[in-house]
Amino acid sequence: MTTQRNADERIALLQGTLDLLILRTLVLGACHGQGIARSIKRHSEEVFFVDHGSLYLALQRLEDKKLISAKWGVSENNRKARFYSLTAKGREQLVEKTTEWQRLARAMGLILGGGSASGEEA
Amino acid sequence: MFRRRRSAKDFAEEIQAHLELEADELKDEGLNEEEAQRRARIAFGNAAAAREQFRLRNRLLWLDNLVRDLRFAFRQMARNPGFAATAILVLGLGMGVSVAIFAFVDAALLEPLPYTNPSRLLSVNESNMRFPRWPLSYPDFLDWQRMNKSFSSFDVYSGTAYLLGTSSGAESVHAERVSGGFLRTLGVQPILGQDFRPGEDRLGGPNALLLSYSTWVNRFGRNRNVIGRTVHLDGTAFTVIGVLPRTFSFAPAGNAEFWVPINVLSPHEHSREFFAFWGIGRLRDGVSVSSALAEMKAIAGQLHREYGLTRFDLSASVVPLSEVIVGDVRPILLTLLSGALLLLLIACVNVGSLVLVRSESRRREVAVRGALGASPARLVSQFVTEGLLLAALGTAAGVFASAGVMKLLGRLVPKDMAANMPFLNGVQLNAHTLTFAAAIGLFAAAITAAIPIFRLTSQNVHNGLADGGRGSANRLWRRLGSNLVVVELVIAVVLMAGAGLLGRSLYQLLHVPLGFDPNYLATVEVMIPGTTYRSNAQVTELYREIVRRVKGLPGVESAGMTSRLPVQCDCNTDNIQVVGRPALNQNEEVDERHVSPGYLPALRATLLRGRYFTEADDASKPGVAVINETLARKYFPNEDPIGQRVSDTEGGNPTVWEIVGEIKDVHEGPLDVYTWPAEYFPLDQTPNGGFSLALRTQQGPGALLPSVVRTLHQIDANISVSNEETMNAQIDATQAALLHRFSAWLVGGFAVAALILGVVGLYGVLAYSVGRRTREIGVRIALGAQRSAVYALILGEAGWLTGTGLTIGLMCSLATSRLMRSMLFGVQAWDATILGCVAGLLAVVSLAAAFLPARRAASVDPVEALRAE
Repeated sequence: MTTQRNADERIALLQGTLDLLILRTLVLGACHGQGIARSIKRHSEEVFFVDHGSLYLALQRLEDKKLISAKWGVSENNRKARFYSLTAKGREQLVEKTTEWQRLARAMGLILGGGSASGEEA
Repeated sequence: MFRRRRSAKDFAEEIQAHLELEADELKDEGLNEEEAQRRARIAFGNAAAAREQFRLRNRLLWLDNLVRDLRFAFRQMARNPGFAATAILVLGLGMGVSVAIFAFVDAALLEPLPYTNPSRLLSVNESNMRFPRWPLSYPDFLDWQRMNKSFSSFDVYSGTAYLLGTSSGAESVHAERVSGGFLRTLGVQPILGQDFRPGEDRLGGPNALLLSYSTWVNRFGRNRNVIGRTVHLDGTAFTVIGVLPRTFSFAPAGNAEFWVPINVLSPHEHSREFFAFWGIGRLRDGVSVSSALAEMKAIAGQLHREYGLTRFDLSASVVPLSEVIVGDVRPILLTLLSGALLLLLIACVNVGSLVLVRSESRRREVAVRGALGASPARLVSQFVTEGLLLAALGTAAGVFASAGVMKLLGRLVPKDMAANMPFLNGVQLNAHTLTFAAAIGLFAAAITAAIPIFRLTSQNVHNGLADGGRGSANRLWRRLGSNLVVVELVIAVVLMAGAGLLGRSLYQLLHVPLGFDPNYLATVEVMIPGTTYRSNAQVTELYREIVRRVKGLPGVESAGMTSRLPVQCDCNTDNIQVVGRPALNQNEEVDERHVSPGYLPALRATLLRGRYFTEADDASKPGVAVINETLARKYFPNEDPIGQRVSDTEGGNPTVWEIVGEIKDVHEGPLDVYTWPAEYFPLDQTPNGGFSLALRTQQGPGALLPSVVRTLHQIDANISVSNEETMNAQIDATQAALLHRFSAWLVGGFAVAALILGVVGLYGVLAYSVGRRTREIGVRIALGAQRSAVYALILGEAGWLTGTGLTIGLMCSLATSRLMRSMLFGVQAWDATILGCVAGLLAVVSLAAAFLPARRAASVDPVEALRAE
């Protein structure tokens, strides 16, 4: 019952936003794919659901663009895992994209919220 | 700099690690091992799809897919060669025929005529109520040429026959008399020598001639020194001044060997009432066809008033020259092209259904691939590739086949007719034909590919997996598959109805009452040299000698001569007045034939009144005439024509003829034209140098012909004998018979092919449906259904499909047969017998096709059928 409702309230990620979320998550430190997925889900109060297939493709895409780097390591509970961390270029990109996103969110908020600048009131 | 590319295995390991990490966490949340792993997998989603996408990253995806799809398609074909061969054969045949016929259409109707700026060339002539084009008289030509302002040049041509003196005797040859600027008007230059010089076409000018290219090759062995040589035509010396190019042809002139300037006119030709010259004009820049027509009409009207020719009711006609050259073949070519395209459509639909049947049996394969992560687009592209491959191979096969079909069709056209269709030489695979082939290839591909797309996009993956072919045949298949069959049946009905109408037309044509008995009748054309036989008395003596000698041949019953054989054309016409009555407003002509006394009896014509000619009706006696029934009915309704007198202008002199006999109509004109009024004059009273000999024989007339030719040459080696044929062969070779036969056979062939394809399609649909419904039928039988009920079930389905196809088809064929009215003869577009026969034939054949699957359905063993589950 609850899961069903949660599933309905999930929001499919906008094109391009997944990259930004990944970069943001990696600011906190190196992390493996599963950790990133959990983190996004948790921090969005379970509104965002990341399709894991897409997540790994996005990770690969970011790696190809040299925004993140990866190496195999061992997780806290001794599992082999591939750890991703931000590169200098990735950090720049994050700042840039975050600003861009905030301007977008503000503009959207202005229009939809009828002048209220603080869009969210969950 | 270059990092080693990450392997797919590494990616797979990462996903595996993810699943384990996730499971660990879920376990920490209190789930058991198994449940945790399951949840982790569900949460991940389609891992296979992710792996696939990883693998395909950064590649030329479409090329990659295409290569793989092509390889798969080839493998599919190799696995099922019967299917592939059938599909390619059916498509190839359909395409081959269509492309070949298009090549004819292209050569005849699309390629411009081989002259300079041909769109400005017009055929400029008189016209009357009966004929939209009617030739000019020579004086009228000179006035039209002088007075018009619409044409930069205006010329005439007129076909004729000459007796060519050769070392081995005389030979009659076809030549064209033309006015001096004729070739310049067309924009054609001789390849050797020169065009006619000014003055050569004035009356009494020097005798010069141009050679056709083939004449130069065949008679002069390509000798470049031919210019200045002398050629004897009708005993007159002509100087060769030039040779025409190989590419030059002028359809109305047929296979004319010599081109002679008009500088001698026969006594008739000085008259404004002797119409024998066809005009062509080159339109000035900026002048439209309609304004040229208006001007010529005004000129014609002015001349006719000035010279008192109003009784002919003539006007002017101005039409594009191309219309004159290809106008006759346009309807037949377009009919054939439509037939071929319909056949191609059936072929495509048939192949489409085959593909559909196969896609149906591959439902599970498709469902499994869908479940394994193949996107709908990828699945569809797989089938589209197969369709495209089939269509491509079919097109290639079709192009090859078309080359053969073109040769075959080209050979079907007899030589005499081919001479009037110079465009036949242009029938070939060229850019136009290949473009057309590519276009219909794409069309075929679209159909073969569209069907599975249609099929797949409406398929539910889950159903495909769960449904192992249980239950009744898939509803969509039944709807789509059977609709396609209805289309096939509709086309088959349309083609069959068309073929039936054309066949019936041909039958009617060949059974037109001729008014004489064409069996056991041998004919030859004879020309006698005017230089040896100068006086009428000498000519008459020769006539009698010829008849006497050929009658003496063993096997000859009777013999006679005529100026023109029957069933050829309504030419050599005459205008007559009835003596003692007010002048008739004549816009109709009567056929005029000069015959020897034995001719009409030899034909076995039926004498209704009076008598035939006798040897006594010679030049020393007053003129006598025999008329046909149509003439009697027209000019002497309800009275006895015998003893009445008619007058005409014979050789420029007014002449009176007393009617001595009336015969039942002998069909002088073409088969597809209703009999004209005709008059017969005694040859002895109107001698001329060319005639045809008709011999009534006891046995096969063909065997006699060589000895007739020998006998004529014994009389005089300088007599030319040509065109020796039996009367039946002459009739069969007439344009009317050939065109009708050609179209009837070809469309008949299309109809048979369409019927076979359509019925095979119907069989396929039913057989497939029975195969799918085996279990359902097994259950029905197990529950007590009678075999007869099962029969009724399948036959009912067949009957419904056939009935629908037939109904729509008959309605369509009513429409199409109205379109081809111009090709029908003696039959209505809505001929009930033919439509009934078509319906009956289709019903019987469909029933037969339905019977096999029905029997298979009725013999389903319920135990077997249910156990197969």
